Amino acid sequence: MTDSTPLLELRGITKRFGAVRALNGVDFRVMPGEVVGLVGDNGAGKSTLVKVISGINPADDGEYLWEGQTQHVTAPPDATGLGIATVYQDLALCDNLDVVENLFLGREATVGGLLDEVTMENKANELLAELSVTTIQSVRGEVGAMSGGQRQSVAIARSLLGEPKMVILDEPTAALGVAQTAQVLALIKRLKARGLGVIVISHNLADVFQVVDRIFVMRLGAPGGEFDVATATQQEVVAAITGLAENGRAQGAMNR
Amino acid sequence: MSTTTVPTEPAEPDPSAVAAAQKETMPSSAKDLLQRIRTGDLGSLRVLILLAIVWIIFQSQESRFLSSANLVNLSLQVTAVGLISVGVVLVLLLGEIDLSVGSVSGLCSAIVAVLNIKHGWSPVPAIIAGIAVGAAIGAFQGFVATRFGIPTFVVTLAGLIGWQGLQLKVLGETGTVNLQPGLLTDLAGKFLSDAAGWIVAIACSVAYGAIAVTGRARRVRAGLSAPSTTLLAVRVGAVAIAALIAVYIFNQDRGVPVAALILVGFVAAFDFMTRRTRFGRHIYAVGGNSEATRRAGVKVFRVRVVVFALASSMAAIGGIMAASRLLAVNQSSGGSDLLLNAIAGPVIAGTSLFGGRGNVWSALLGALVIGSISNGMDLLGYESPTKYMVTGAVLLGAVVLDSIARSGRAQAGRV
Repeated sequence: MTDSTPLLELRGITKRFGAVRALNGVDFRVMPGEVVGLVGDNGAGKSTLVKVISGINPADDGEYLWEGQTQHVTAPPDATGLGIATVYQDLALCDNLDVVENLFLGREATVGGLLDEVTMENKANELLAELSVTTIQSVRGEVGAMSGGQRQSVAIARSLLGEPKMVILDEPTAALGVAQTAQVLALIKRLKARGLGVIVISHNLADVFQVVDRIFVMRLGAPGGEFDVATATQQEVVAAITGLAENGRAQGAMNR
Repeated sequence: MSTTTVPTEPAEPDPSAVAAAQKETMPSSAKDLLQRIRTGDLGSLRVLILLAIVWIIFQSQESRFLSSANLVNLSLQVTAVGLISVGVVLVLLLGEIDLSVGSVSGLCSAIVAVLNIKHGWSPVPAIIAGIAVGAAIGAFQGFVATRFGIPTFVVTLAGLIGWQGLQLKVLGETGTVNLQPGLLTDLAGKFLSDAAGWIVAIACSVAYGAIAVTGRARRVRAGLSAPSTTLLAVRVGAVAIAALIAVYIFNQDRGVPVAALILVGFVAAFDFMTRRTRFGRHIYAVGGNSEATRRAGVKVFRVRVVVFALASSMAAIGGIMAASRLLAVNQSSGGSDLLLNAIAGPVIAGTSLFGGRGNVWSALLGALVIGSISNGMDLLGYESPTKYMVTGAVLLGAVVLDSIARSGRAQAGRV
């Protein structure tokens, strides 16, 4: 694999629900170590695209290439097997369990048939240190008592335990305050630094501009434009999301 | 990247609250203990205090209450309901309920008695058959509830009625089967010799101490936070002293009842299972967030079916112990207030009805609280009406206290 081979490449992905075309010929790619922002209005097809990638709703048509190889991803374990981890918006944490228990849920370390708490706790500490998550004082603290940012950190850390090559984050900053958002954005940058591909789905363009390399706009089930954050402006992206760029009213919409 | 100005690692609003967010365990230090008393969050300690209050009240009214003879009686009285409660705790941890445990205990004890007495089976195969029927019933109920998405309240309510009918059918026309002296009656009728009692107490204390010390040593070696040696010594010492005092008291009378040993053995075994095995961890996880647990790759369906099978098996074992104590199985076996006490006990002792919180010891402690009230009221000559009303008031009081403790915990940043 060379640097120019995308980690994930989708070509002409089409997905229909009955008569509705949720996705219509979408081309999408993620390079290793690249953070891609997936933006678009409600119903634009962001979630459907992510569900195709993570195998929840396989595509009807189109090519799915992983590291240059064609793959048939028809169920979530297929995607997990390739090295794709998804952090859903609801985080899927058990509030009554502590950080270690949540991190290792479903893949508990055992020794002689019993839980190996020492190994798990050490690994949890290591992982959080690697990710520079300093806001969690005790990995034995109950997750239910933690702030939104800490919970998001736990959920992201958990997705990394399977040694994925790509992480999909669904609205990671949606319910967070300013400080906690900064904390999660810093964490996303560390994922990139580890060489992971990252897809960030977000409605918050300010957050997206802070952390992503490239913005991929979905509009009405089709690609609505791609932007390099180094050169693009928020106005351009908003115009692409709303479709106002076509008739030149984007600026007006922004100022209104 | 255009904007690289990330603020330095932002501070959490209230780190002390987070630091306090330890799991519900025994307090890790004297300071922690004080903090918990202040916030009203005592966990298992609360029910011990409740038990102490109940005992002090009855002892002050009736000096026979804490006599060895009466404590032996008490231990025999709580065995059946305590064993059933062990299964109920597992179900409660899932956030479910099992209303059929009373009927199942009656049905399974009837099966054991009929196989043993009417069909001439020897006791051991009869007991195994009874427990197996219990396990099958539980698995069936768990399967139906999970497969068809029916609330377990309804499925087990159907069981409550249905298995009672089957029990009457199994018992036949006479409606009563008396047990013959033998293994079945020995279960609740035998006592350890004094020496055997001491050996058991010492062995249990040593085993507990060894597990605690090696566990701490492993954590220290791995560089993880560990309880202080003083605290460890206090904890092991308390367990050892409690065990020795219990044996001393039992030995003043008839000795350690085998029934009490069976109860404590099952409680300890299930406590170990829930805290130290993957399956136990998964029970708590399902009770906390079933969907998250499913997505984490845990076979939630299987966990639920197995837990219901275990609960009904424990109900069967409790029923057998009740039959052994009564020396018979009749139409009212497993009926009356058995079910209600089996559920009220763990709840009084702090196991949540909403799943994910509680522990197996609450089965024993809750049974002791309810059993003590019932036993004490009997000694004082109160009739059933008063007994029921007092037990109801204690249940309500315990739950209200628990709710107050929870809000205190929330204020202190614990959940």
